[in-house]
Amino acid sequence: MNSTVAATTKPSNTNNKIKHSTGENVGTFLIYLVVALFALICVLPFVLVIIVSFSSEKSITINGYSFWPSEWSAAAYKMLFLPSSSVPQSYLVTTIATVFGTVVASFVTFGAGYTLANRSCRYRDGLSLYFYITMVFSAGLVPWYMMCKMLNCYDNIWALIVPSLMFNPFNMFLVRNFVRGIPAELNESAKIDGAGEVKIAFGIYFPLCMPVLATIALFYAIGYWNNYFNAVMLVNDEKYYSLQMLLFKIQSQITALSKLSAGATVNVNPPKESFKMATSVITMGPIIILYPFLQKYFVKGMVVGAVKG
Amino acid sequence: MSKASALVDVSKKRVNPFKELWTNKFLYLLALPAVVYTFIFSYLTLPYIVIAFEKFNYKTGVFSPFVGLKNFEYFFKSSWAWTVTRNTLVINILFLIVGTVCSVVLAIVLNEVKAKKFLKVSQSMMLFPYFISWVIVSYMLQGILGTETGLLNNLMGTRINYYSTPGYWYPILLILNIWKNTGYNTIVYLAAITGIDEGLYEAAYIDGATRFKRIIYITIPLLAPTICIMTLMSVGRIFYGDFGMLYAIIRDNSSLMPIAEVIDTYVYRTFKNTGDPSLSMAIGLYQSIVGFILVFTANWIVRKKFPDGALF
Repeated sequence: MNSTVAATTKPSNTNNKIKHSTGENVGTFLIYLVVALFALICVLPFVLVIIVSFSSEKSITINGYSFWPSEWSAAAYKMLFLPSSSVPQSYLVTTIATVFGTVVASFVTFGAGYTLANRSCRYRDGLSLYFYITMVFSAGLVPWYMMCKMLNCYDNIWALIVPSLMFNPFNMFLVRNFVRGIPAELNESAKIDGAGEVKIAFGIYFPLCMPVLATIALFYAIGYWNNYFNAVMLVNDEKYYSLQMLLFKIQSQITALSKLSAGATVNVNPPKESFKMATSVITMGPIIILYPFLQKYFVKGMVVGAVKG
Repeated sequence: MSKASALVDVSKKRVNPFKELWTNKFLYLLALPAVVYTFIFSYLTLPYIVIAFEKFNYKTGVFSPFVGLKNFEYFFKSSWAWTVTRNTLVINILFLIVGTVCSVVLAIVLNEVKAKKFLKVSQSMMLFPYFISWVIVSYMLQGILGTETGLLNNLMGTRINYYSTPGYWYPILLILNIWKNTGYNTIVYLAAITGIDEGLYEAAYIDGATRFKRIIYITIPLLAPTICIMTLMSVGRIFYGDFGMLYAIIRDNSSLMPIAEVIDTYVYRTFKNTGDPSLSMAIGLYQSIVGFILVFTANWIVRKKFPDGALF
């Protein structure tokens, strides 16, 4: 609502250098309207998810999904933390995979990108080609699955960490292009000053690369957190379900939990719909909380990658 | 850059490979994890392709009996070959055309917004869906489209069963794709517009060009190379369906499969349901080869026509 107020008042303040015809003013108004509407449409469904997660099951059965439920309830959230709930376990597994995977992946990617940008490495073009080929041709699902099984990345936490997610050549090229944008003289003068290679790479270049490293770390972290493909393909044991996978298979969770709660007479009518939404909300939780930070680096890094040196 | 490279760039001369590896051992060591990872998960998987020409047996593995092109024959004789190819292409072309138009229009519109704070807030809101997984989006969609409790049916006072009516689904998938990705895709276009020389707009303004004319005669022509590059890159990926999206949303709903089953989901389903890796591998290989030709051609054209635009 604030945004529409801003839309009608702001342009005349900031743009008074240029006088607009009435036609252009109507145009300006329309532009602000379109932007505000699209922005609202982008977030409203999530508001709905949050509201439904706090609605009582009775109100959902009677009124359906609604932005204004007749009765509020936190029953779904209580159910999330029942002893038999798998949500805490999945949360733990996913957090470990995300944190560990992101750190390792970022270092692996930085190492390769840095080397490919270094002029004293004579095989850098050959190496670029080596990585590039894998971006245009892949053997597909079945060989990938067989390889994961052979490496024993199956039904354990490594299945969620190692295959597919731990290195992405696209991110490596982002790092390479960023390092290339740093004047090569820096490397030369550091060498003359007596800095060792380790010192140059991690003491000088690594901190300079922070903007692009933040971006690729984000790419990796979002990739890990939102991944359900690895779990769908490689995990049968519920102990190692990632959060997204658990959410994907939530129907069986609800059946299991409702049996239990019915037995304990806690709740005869288990909150099915709101339980789905509550699990969605806590799955989105870290993204919502980190969002201001996330999107700042994301936009920056994308621009860095797009406008290459 | 040319000066510096003239001084240090000696890569044209031939050198002893061992000497090169030894001199730059630290650099190669840094790249080693990525090289090994890529070797294992890409290059070492290539030999498994051979099972597309075999009748796979878990005991004998890649040395199963050879059957020639029988798996391909089986696939191309089934009606699914045409269905999944068509669906993949239709869905991707739909996403590509409408998605590009929406992203470009939104970038142009955003560029006209002069109120900084308003721009920042609305852009963050538009980017938000991009960070949310398709699994969550699928539940959100069920909440909106559900027959009994869905928001849309309640608002309209109808009881339409969307999940069993294929006719609704191309628009629904298209809207979802645009809703989720436009905020993200706009970033590149907006960056390109921001890079346009401000002087051009001022000169046009002094000459009396309206906003609409400035957009038509300055912004769009200068944006054209970026649009071409992005479009070509997407055309290259046209043979790859969005598994993450379609499997989360369609799942095993057989009434929607005739229009929404793409090659990727079909390969997966064949593998899981029939348990025959050979057939699945054959379909996957068909995708890999056609996909490779498309991606390679697209990248080649980008490199030829827009030497500054290629990432590699």
